[in-house]
Order: sequence, then structure tokens, then C-alpha cells
Amino acid sequence: MQDREMGFAGRIEELNKTVIAGVVGFAVGALIMILYGYDPISAYTALFSGAFGDLYSFSESLANATPLILTALTFAIGFRGGMFNIGAEGQLYLGALAAVTVSLFHLPSGIGIALSIIFAILAGAIWSLPVAILKAARGVHEVISTIMLNWIAQFLAFYLIAKILVDPLRAEKTISVAEWGRLPLLVPGTSLSCGIFVSLFAAIIIYLLLWRTTIGFDIRAMGYNPLAATYAGIEKWKIILFVFITGGFTAGLAGAVHVMGRPPTYAVYGGMPSIKGLGFEGLAVAMIGRNHPIGIIFAAIFFGGLLAGGRMMQLFSQVPLEMVRVVEGTVVLFLAIPELIRFFSFLRKVRIPLTFRIKRSQNKEGRQL
Amino acid sequence: MNPGYLWGIFLGSLHAMVPITLASTGEVVGESAGLFNIGLEGIILLSAMTGALGAEAGGPIAGLIVGMGTGFAIGLVFGAICTYFKGVQLIAGVGINLFAAGLVTFWLIHLGVPGHHAVAEESMLVNISTPVGDFSPMILVAIVLPVLTYVLLFRTKLGLKIRAVGENPQAADVSGINIHLLRLFSTAAGASLAGLAGAYISVGWLGSVTKEISAGRGFIALATVVFSGLNPLLALLGGFIFGFFDNLAVWISTMPAVQQVIPWQFVSMAPYVVTLLVVAGVIGRARFPAAMGIPYERE
Repeated sequence: MQDREMGFAGRIEELNKTVIAGVVGFAVGALIMILYGYDPISAYTALFSGAFGDLYSFSESLANATPLILTALTFAIGFRGGMFNIGAEGQLYLGALAAVTVSLFHLPSGIGIALSIIFAILAGAIWSLPVAILKAARGVHEVISTIMLNWIAQFLAFYLIAKILVDPLRAEKTISVAEWGRLPLLVPGTSLSCGIFVSLFAAIIIYLLLWRTTIGFDIRAMGYNPLAATYAGIEKWKIILFVFITGGFTAGLAGAVHVMGRPPTYAVYGGMPSIKGLGFEGLAVAMIGRNHPIGIIFAAIFFGGLLAGGRMMQLFSQVPLEMVRVVEGTVVLFLAIPELIRFFSFLRKVRIPLTFRIKRSQNKEGRQL
Repeated sequence: MNPGYLWGIFLGSLHAMVPITLASTGEVVGESAGLFNIGLEGIILLSAMTGALGAEAGGPIAGLIVGMGTGFAIGLVFGAICTYFKGVQLIAGVGINLFAAGLVTFWLIHLGVPGHHAVAEESMLVNISTPVGDFSPMILVAIVLPVLTYVLLFRTKLGLKIRAVGENPQAADVSGINIHLLRLFSTAAGASLAGLAGAYISVGWLGSVTKEISAGRGFIALATVVFSGLNPLLALLGGFIFGFFDNLAVWISTMPAVQQVIPWQFVSMAPYVVTLLVVAGVIGRARFPAAMGIPYERE
């Protein structure tokens, strides 16, 4: 696993690996576009100018990144502790709906926003709790329990949207978050709200938690070497509980910042088109960001940019937006290879500045330390 | 309630059983060899798409073969990454799922009607007509394959080798088995069954492709493998249990009387809730190969 302490050289190598996986991803995407008769060059041009071309595009990219940072953190905390938490998706649905629920009441603005966020965070954590309990008490693998809970959350959300939170005037969506509960927009005319600060703040908190506290050390120790960690007296069930509850917090928060900060409707529609997939995309963002909160911020902005630019690509090159997800899947697939750089060692031989020469030390298993 | 009605439910459960049993039987082989493929969901999804197109081009049997081929090809990529390149299996599996979800949605848009592709009637696999009801020939395949897989794994030399590379790759290596190659082909063979499951869903059962056609069945298959403790015969039984609840949700959705009491959303949760409960209940006795999930590396 990538979970190891590393120095500067190691970080550069991780970065190189990400860049190579990215290049492969875009190459595969281009290949598929050619196969289906699209022009990859004009598509990618539209994609990148639509992602980072001007202030409007960049604001949209940041707006897309806002929930992705948080769902990526959910995965990253788990991954650092040696767990594969892919439950952000379902926790995010319920977090978003919990935030909407608060708008059934009349509250002053400050208290309203705070309560909506707290409700969302708690909803995420409550949905995460069974995963932790099943894993700690019964040894159920979190991949299976989180996926099942994601599906259960989806149908629960469908029920809540259709029956409990339904807008009396428009049956296809929930009530909108009340004016007092909306996060103020940062750039007028775009989707970018103050939610981005919430996400950045959460990333810093998680960074400090993982690298500056005892429990963070214990989590990383458990991920690095569970046997040694257990021998050192770290109790596994505590780590499991902590990792999944914290992950539930950030996933629930992701739902809240999205629904409270995303114009124009500030509501969740039946079928949840606007929030579906944010959890799984967060997973890819976490991997591209190498499961480090700072890396995740950049990966989320990059990926949020691809989603924003994907709309331009769809408009100008007729390439469906989903192409972005094909690229993303390929990138993740290649990121699974620990020695990707050696796999592409010809790049090293021809001394493309992309890959710096790095003196590497190896442990017994052939992984870079 | 008349017996014919119950028989109908039974047949419906059998139809819903097929994809889960096929995918989990394949995964039993892969996991016996030490590879844990959470990309099953993506394989089922993508091969439902390719299988449907294959069937429209060359008939239902061609569709099933194309589906299997798709599964095998993805299995080879996954297997190569996780053996020769020592990749992290869970991450590679997630990559497959993301890739398939993106490509199938992209493909559906490309085909014209976004989000949905109906398989032409004449390209569908014809059900066997019997006096007691029509059923898909794939049900027979899904019953026979786990038995054959059981014989392969526990009664043949190849099966012993497969289990050896999952249990103790060092020892297997010393005895002259090519660990990477055997693992590669075990997981690819397993993935081809997931591909068959996907093609069955579109060509032999539901008759359409949507971006959510796999509906978590790949993950339910993974849960079935846990339930089975890597015994293909129990994977057959587990497949039937999950198929029953899968079918139950569809069946109840046709009954307005029941829906008055229980909203359809809660009925649709049933297969997932049952999966969670069953896995939580049996996990204590399930035992997996010692080297599962660990890339093999010579000392």
C-alpha cells in the first residue's frame, strides 16, 4: 500500500506516478474517442479551457471540488488506517437530506446554518456506524457492508424525497434549503459558495488529526503494520470506530455543503442526479491525491475542473461528459500499480524531465521506502 | 394463494439467481487463487452492454460469448496488474468499476437514447417452454457450473494447484508452479463468468441495458462468496437466497395492496439488507486463503 512515511524524494516519485497514470488515462480516453469517431484534440481543448480557462470556469471547478474534497477525505482516513471505506456515497445522500430537513423549521441564519451542518454530520456518522460495528464485532469486510448500506441509503433517500421532504408545489424535488440556511456565494453568477472554505478547513483538520495527534499516529500505525500496532497496544476496535465515524462526519458534511451551497435550486431532486456519484468520485480523488489531505485538495480541484470542462466538451465536441469518468477509471486502475514508474522505465532512460532521477532504497518486498 | 403463483415466484427467483451464482462461482475460483476482485460490478455492467450489442450483431449465443470475452479481457488486465505488476487489488477493482460505469454511460449516449438501450426482441435468448412455465436455459448453466467448479477445485490436480497458490504461494512456487500465470488465468476465468452473468442480464433476462443494470449484483456476488466460504455449491445456494429477495422486490412492486402498507422503496432495500445480515451472521466461520489479497513476491 502507498501508506508509508516518505521524504521529499518519495513525494516526487508519488507525484511522478500520478502524472504518468494521468497521461495513460488521457491516452486511453483519446483512444476510445477515436474508436467512437470523435476528435480527441478538440475535445480535450474544450475540456481544459472549460475547466480552467477563465474566472467563471475556475469558479465552477472549485464548486465541483467542494464536496469531492470531503468525500475523498472519508476514503483517505480509512485508507491511512488500512481500511477500504467506500461508504461516502450513501452517507452523503443522508447528509444532504438531513441538511434539507432543518429547513422545515424557521430559524435565525447563523443557528440555522450551524444546525443544518451538525444534522448532516450526525446523519453521515450514524450511517457509518453499522460498518464499524459489523467490522469490529463480526469481522465483516467494509467493502461489502458499505456498498450494501449505500444501496439501502439510496432507497431510504428516495423515500424521504418522495414522502417526507417533498416540495408541496413541485413533487419532483424536496423543499429548498431556506434562505437563512444557504451558504453565501463567493463569486456572483457562478456556483461557488463559501462551502469551499468549509472543505479546505476540514482537509486541514484531518491533516492535523492524522499527523499531529496520538490517535492519528495510531491510525497510521494500524494501516502501516497492523500486527506491530496491535503488539504495541493499539486497540483495533477503537481505530475502526474512530476511522468510520470521522469518515461519516466528512461524508455527511459533503452532502450539506453541496445542497446548502449549490445554486439555483438548493434542493435534492428525485433520483438525486446532482449528488449521485459524488461519493465514488471522491474515492478516485483520494487515490489521485495519494490519500493525503493536501494532495486531495489539488486532485479535487483538478477533477472538479474536468467535470466542469466536461460540459464544455459535450457542448463543443459532442463528446459525452461521461468520457471524464472513463479517464478517471483508467487513472485509478494504473495508480494501483506500485511500481508504475519502473513499468514505464523507458521514460527514465530517455530522460524526459517528467521523471527525475531518484536514488531509491528498497525494502525486502521491493517497494520504495 | 394458488400453487401456480408460488411456482411463478420460484421461477422468478431462479432467474434472479443466475447472475449472482455465475459471478460468485467465478469469484470463488479467483479468490481461491488469492485474488480479490471488487471489479465484478463493473465487469457485469460492461459485459451487459457488449453482450447486448453482440447479440444484436450475431444472435443471443454470440451475445453471451461476447459478454464472457469482455469479462475475460478485463480479468486479464486486472490479473496482470495484480500479479506481474504487484498492484493493489482493491484499487484496481475500483478502477474497473469507475471505468465501466463511465464507458457504459458514454456508450449509451453514443447509441442514441441516453441512459437506456433496449435489446431487440429477436436477439433475446429464447426461454425453454415447459408446461409448468417458461424458464431460461441459463438457469441450467448456473446450476451445472458450480458443480463443475466444485469438481475442478476439489477433485482435480489443477484445482489443488489453484488453491495452493492462494494458500501458500511460496510452497507452490518451490514445487514448480508458475504463481503469476496461474493466478492470472484463475482470475480471468472467474471474471469471464461475471461477464457471462452480465450478458445474461441484458440478453437472457431483462432485455435492456441501463447504466445501473448491474444494481450492486457484483457486490452481492462478493458477499455470496463470503457466505459460501469458497465452496461453489454453497455459492449456488447463496445465489438462490439473494435471487429470492431480489425477485421479491420486483414481485411486490406489482402488488398495489402491499405497497399501501410497505412503500416500494423499503421493499427494494430487501436484497441489500438480507445480504448485510447474512454476511454478518456467517462471517465467523468463513475462512479465506492465507495469501489472499497479497501480491506474490519471491524472497
